[in-house]
Amino acid sequence: MSSKTLTRMDLSEAVYREVGLSRNESAVLVESVLEHMSDALVKGETVKISSFGTFTVRAKSERMGRNPKTGEEVPIEPRRVLVFRASHIMKDRLNQSL
Amino acid sequence: MIKSELIQIIAEENPHLYQSDVERIVGTIFEEITSALVRGERVELRGFGAFSVKHRDARIGRNPRTGESVEVEEKRVPFFKTGKLLRERLNDA
Repeated sequence: MSSKTLTRMDLSEAVYREVGLSRNESAVLVESVLEHMSDALVKGETVKISSFGTFTVRAKSERMGRNPKTGEEVPIEPRRVLVFRASHIMKDRLNQSL
Repeated sequence: MIKSELIQIIAEENPHLYQSDVERIVGTIFEEITSALVRGERVELRGFGAFSVKHRDARIGRNPRTGESVEVEEKRVPFFKTGKLLRERLNDA
């Protein structure tokens, strides 16, 4: 298994290859897609990308945690977390090569 | 928000692009992430989050209704970790 990591640069390179816009505009569009998804999530919306997966924001209520170093009890503030659920299509594709 | 709404917003912001180009752009981005994961690679999008693949070994599971043992095959599952900036934005009052 390869340990390669893709970044924004690889995504904009793919857009550049596939669509034939300039490299710069491809990069701006990749950023814009991530930005709009983030904005929707921050507003508490669910973002559903068919055949890819669903991003959902979940509210966690306050609970008591513990500082593992000192053993001291500290309250963990209520917070919002992002959960990604992959679509069946993605899960199936990941397991086809097994 | 669903994919077609995302495409709509991007299309409105870029009136010089055809709707079909915007569809290909958005489609390419998600296809590129998926195919990297299929190759066993990681995708790290700073500020947004990182996608990776975790391996689950084959195991003997149990049908919770009947108690019967079933073999669960080895599998790969996608995993997403929220980026620092987005995590902070989600919790900014």
